[in-house]
Amino acid sequence: MKFNAKLLAGLVTAVAIGLGAPSLSAQDAPKSIKIGYAISKTGPNAGGANITQIPNYQLWVQEVNAKGGLMLKAYGKRIPIEVVEYDDRSNSEEAVRAVERLIEQDKVDLLFPPWGTGINLAVGPTFHKHGYPQLTFSAVTDRAPDLAKRWPNSFWFLGTSKQYIDALVDLLVKLRKEGKINDQIAMVSVADGFGIDLSKAARAGFEKAGFKIVFDKSYPIGTQDMSPIIGEAQRSKADTFVAFSYPPDTVAITDQARLTSYAPKVMFTGVGTGFPLFPQRFGDNVEGIISLGGWSRDNKGTMEYREKIRKLVNRDPDYWGSQIGYASLQMLEQAIERVGKIDRPAIIKELQTGTFDTVLGKIKLENNQPKDAFWLIGQWQNGVFTGVAPHRAGAADFIVPKPAWKK
Amino acid sequence: MFTEPLLSGITLGGIYALIAMGLTLQYGVARIMNLSYGESLVAAAFAALWLFTSVSVNPLIGLFVIVPLAGIINWLIYRILLVPLVKRAPSRDALEVDSILATFGLLFVAQGVMLAIFGGNYFSYDFLSIPVKIFGATISASRLLALGFAVVIGLALYLGLTRTRAGTAIRAVAVDPVSAQLVAIDVRATAAFAYALGGALVAAGGVLVSMFLTFNANLGVVFTMKALIVVIMGGVGNLLGCLVAGLILGLTETFVATYVDPGLTLAATYIIFILVLLLRPQGLFGTRRS
Repeated sequence: MKFNAKLLAGLVTAVAIGLGAPSLSAQDAPKSIKIGYAISKTGPNAGGANITQIPNYQLWVQEVNAKGGLMLKAYGKRIPIEVVEYDDRSNSEEAVRAVERLIEQDKVDLLFPPWGTGINLAVGPTFHKHGYPQLTFSAVTDRAPDLAKRWPNSFWFLGTSKQYIDALVDLLVKLRKEGKINDQIAMVSVADGFGIDLSKAARAGFEKAGFKIVFDKSYPIGTQDMSPIIGEAQRSKADTFVAFSYPPDTVAITDQARLTSYAPKVMFTGVGTGFPLFPQRFGDNVEGIISLGGWSRDNKGTMEYREKIRKLVNRDPDYWGSQIGYASLQMLEQAIERVGKIDRPAIIKELQTGTFDTVLGKIKLENNQPKDAFWLIGQWQNGVFTGVAPHRAGAADFIVPKPAWKK
Repeated sequence: MFTEPLLSGITLGGIYALIAMGLTLQYGVARIMNLSYGESLVAAAFAALWLFTSVSVNPLIGLFVIVPLAGIINWLIYRILLVPLVKRAPSRDALEVDSILATFGLLFVAQGVMLAIFGGNYFSYDFLSIPVKIFGATISASRLLALGFAVVIGLALYLGLTRTRAGTAIRAVAVDPVSAQLVAIDVRATAAFAYALGGALVAAGGVLVSMFLTFNANLGVVFTMKALIVVIMGGVGNLLGCLVAGLILGLTETFVATYVDPGLTLAATYIIFILVLLLRPQGLFGTRRS
């Protein structure tokens, strides 16, 4: 009996080796999969990082660990995730140092990206040098296609500023054709990365489509007194008002517009419009305001995701980057499980070529970017920031003109 | 067209003055260059937010709780944390350097506590955000209220400092703490009082600006910088200087934004700041230190 068992075990091993089956067994399995990230927990980026990114990381790790971990076929079992987290203090150099430390000292298996365009660009070379997949979902840059070529390990889920502007211009052109708006646009932007990029793309896009930009000004980051800007936009007689702003200025601009009863027919505000803070602060007055992002009201996955985030952090996710970020994590999870072990080049390859099931529906990347996977422009409609552009099946009707402010 | 930037400039300036008044007392009299100043302001803003959203206490009533509490906390900070520095400092300049280091540490403690409680999110609430029409220009009631408080507090303190005995003692300490002892002024108690008063003032500023600004736990340094510019421009320790410097900056910002370019507001304020430093290094209302 004893002899038989030994023989059997020996035979099985011999066959396994002979067939070239993975020689890894449950005993070789690591205790945990180490995932590390550096993110802005303090400093000016913390506001965005805390809404769009950190809750996604927490939720995903919690969910995966509740299942027992990631299923690694190579070891035939689930392996729990262990997290190493650093604060980059909203500082690029700090972020690069932290990522290097995660790779070299903490020896993490995988990395999550930091928050924001600038910092993601800063850590890009480090991710690339060590061959870690970088699934950014809070970076918008027109260089995304070039970067994906130069760093094939980098993925740019939010896409380029041009994409958003094209979608916005299409919307406006349609409205002009229907005679709902005139051909004048008032535009303001924050003099910082996001505002500079988007306003540059917008200037080109609007002019190409034959719009006149009658007011085009930028303001320094941190400005919270918007009366001169709104005053001038009001006098400009433009039907369309566009602000590429950061969260505090988004609130200040909206408040000033409401205060002075400034009612452009189309009102676009920047980052923060999709934050839970926005409807909390302005209630029904958010109705009709448009911005980047947007959800499908009838997507069950999305609504379930919102419930989960609500349970976890007691507030809504951001209606732009949040669910895209969560989808990217779902993709990472599926890619790892398909590869079956922590083989970073294979995981990157799978991410580039595979098709994945996510809260947003099926996603397949093209040149390391999702195509037609989410809404580029959304509008507050009945308490949900609803996707209205680009024009494709499922896009909600665009409400024009924006309803008057309620006092 | 002209009244609009004028009025919003005056309100903005009033808010700057309000933000800076506490610092001018803490720095000018107690000689503590308080780098955690902005954090105190944000903490008060959070306190007001919490009172308003959780217990639905109107921020104006909240002032009566938060301001005295901040005064007491700041008094304790001075007595426990800063008095040892005052004791061992050989000169006022040495005290300034020591206090910068100590309050720099305090900044991180305060910020860390706020991050732990409230996280790094932005906060904003809707209170008195109603339009008020004055001479054809529209201003929010909350901003107007902040301006009103700045003027009242500024004038009251100015009168208090120039017309009362305690005020005179405070000014004496500000001018020369060594000689002040010679005329039987308890310098340490006076400095502690000034520091606490400064803390109470910044808390009032925090509560008032929380009604219309969007803030998060990391915003403190922005207020510290603004306050520092106003204080140095107006003359360290001078409340009237604070009010005037705040108004100059506020008016410059809105006029430049309206008539020149909103992108040049910061440049314009810094140009004025540099001009003042070059022409009157002691500040507009400051007295030259010998």
